[in-house]
Amino acid sequence: MMYNEEFETLPRQALEALQFKRLQATVGRVYGSVPFYRQAFEKAGVRPESVKSLEDLQRLPFTLKQDMRDSYPYALFAAPMDDIVRIHASSGTTGKPTVVGYTRKDIEIWSELMARSLAAAGVHKGDIIHNSYGYGLFTGGLGAHYGAERLGASVIPMSGGNTRKQIMIMKDFGSTVLTCTPSYSLFMAEAAKEEGIDFRSLKLHVGIFGAEPWSEAMRGEIEAKLNLCAIDIYGLSEIMGPGVAIECREAKKGLHIWEDHFIPEIIDPQTGAVLPEGERGELVITTITKEGIPLIRYRTRDITSLTYEPCACGRTHARLSRMTGRSDDMLIIRGVNVFPSQIESILMRIEGVEPHYLLIVDRKENLDTLEVQVEVDEQLFSDEIKVLQALSHQVEKEIKDLLGVTCKVRLVEPRTLARTEGKATRVIDKRTLS
Amino acid sequence: MKVEQISIFIENKSGRLAEVTRVLGEAGINIRALSLADTSDFGILRLIVNDREKAKQVLKERGFTVSKTEVVAVEVPDCPGGLSQILQSLDRESINVEYMYAFVERCGENAVIIFRFDETDKAIKALIGSGFTVLAGERLYAM
Repeated sequence: MMYNEEFETLPRQALEALQFKRLQATVGRVYGSVPFYRQAFEKAGVRPESVKSLEDLQRLPFTLKQDMRDSYPYALFAAPMDDIVRIHASSGTTGKPTVVGYTRKDIEIWSELMARSLAAAGVHKGDIIHNSYGYGLFTGGLGAHYGAERLGASVIPMSGGNTRKQIMIMKDFGSTVLTCTPSYSLFMAEAAKEEGIDFRSLKLHVGIFGAEPWSEAMRGEIEAKLNLCAIDIYGLSEIMGPGVAIECREAKKGLHIWEDHFIPEIIDPQTGAVLPEGERGELVITTITKEGIPLIRYRTRDITSLTYEPCACGRTHARLSRMTGRSDDMLIIRGVNVFPSQIESILMRIEGVEPHYLLIVDRKENLDTLEVQVEVDEQLFSDEIKVLQALSHQVEKEIKDLLGVTCKVRLVEPRTLARTEGKATRVIDKRTLS
Repeated sequence: MKVEQISIFIENKSGRLAEVTRVLGEAGINIRALSLADTSDFGILRLIVNDREKAKQVLKERGFTVSKTEVVAVEVPDCPGGLSQILQSLDRESINVEYMYAFVERCGENAVIIFRFDETDKAIKALIGSGFTVLAGERLYAM
């Protein structure tokens, strides 16, 4: 079932004509109202009139996450605060989060695209959506929530945590759809088992999982353990939130990106050159209907590929392949974005020196784990156990407070952490995603 | 009246303690007293040795984290209630013991207790005031 069949099946030519018209409007809008874009366009030698066809998109400058940080909090907003009805932010990277604002129309479009996404996953009116994405500054919870309401389904705003209660509610309320991170779904399956509750006795028929990378193997495991159809959803707060792209239930072969609102490109992360269809590279997205923060050629850092081949479901929108990694050093741990530099700055603040550290990410019992190994040097060392233990706990607490990720700090002897070519390896990711 | 102790950070993995003792042995350093405090992840080895500068140097060369700490060595009668008297005298002055360990002097009648205080000077004064014998470092290293 499609939520908006007319737009979801728009023939390629009509879709591109619409994209071009909307791109021109967006370019004019940011040029006129966002000093950052005016300067960036001038530097690149382009003006709004330079965009004479869709291909001219390639002449426009990229927008980086750093540009958003530098614009903290509101400098990239293209609408006056009077028109902004919602503010979200992604987790603070090296101090400052990236802030995004939505106008009423932005929220409406987001709701529609999320409703489309839910429908593509096989959700319909009458479904009871158990929404375990976090509510708050993170876009997951409210994004899924508004989409569910738009679709006309019943939504249970669970948010994350309190797993026992989640399972009780799922059972008692007869939840039919589960929305959360893929790792949390498996965690719930384990918890349910301990409670003596079999997921086969629940009414769930579909799960919509995103906010962290996962594999086909994990899909198989989730489908077997939770007895539902597992669908991959993609989104990022900078562009909108969840519902930028989703797999259709019919094919489950790539994620349809809603091209009447976003123009995707795949680039070589090193050179910035646009790559042909099918080649893997970094996903770049231009928003063409957003009012609060329109973004031109935003570099997502996510590695994927793009195909325009017709899909069995009948939707004409291009599809992204499963995300296989990042072109920067960002880690996604239990759905939370973590940069090693964030942990480094926490350690520096505590020690007052540049520490040697190693992050070990693993997946145990289907949940991501983070171990932070810190080398103990003379400045750090104390002959008293309690001092060293207090130091470990302080680091654990600061990481939890700042990043929202639970970790285990392990103090290790100096020079035990590998240094290659003069540069230390900072991350070992033992999670296997295929 | 203070004694210098060296402390070494040791990860909880097999062979590390052996490595420390091997390095010291090869350098001809004699261990006079030791204490090992451990947690699930790491341990702290505290040593009184005959040549602390050399011990520190050879261990650092082998990549160990080593620090020096001032501790207090007190002679205690090797009989029931001996330690209790010392602790009572410290308690009267509200002096806190961070940690302590003991060794029995060879061929002697007394035991020696090594104390780590946060207020070392105050503790020495209190101990001497109560009539206990506080040993000089040199005596201990050469025992």
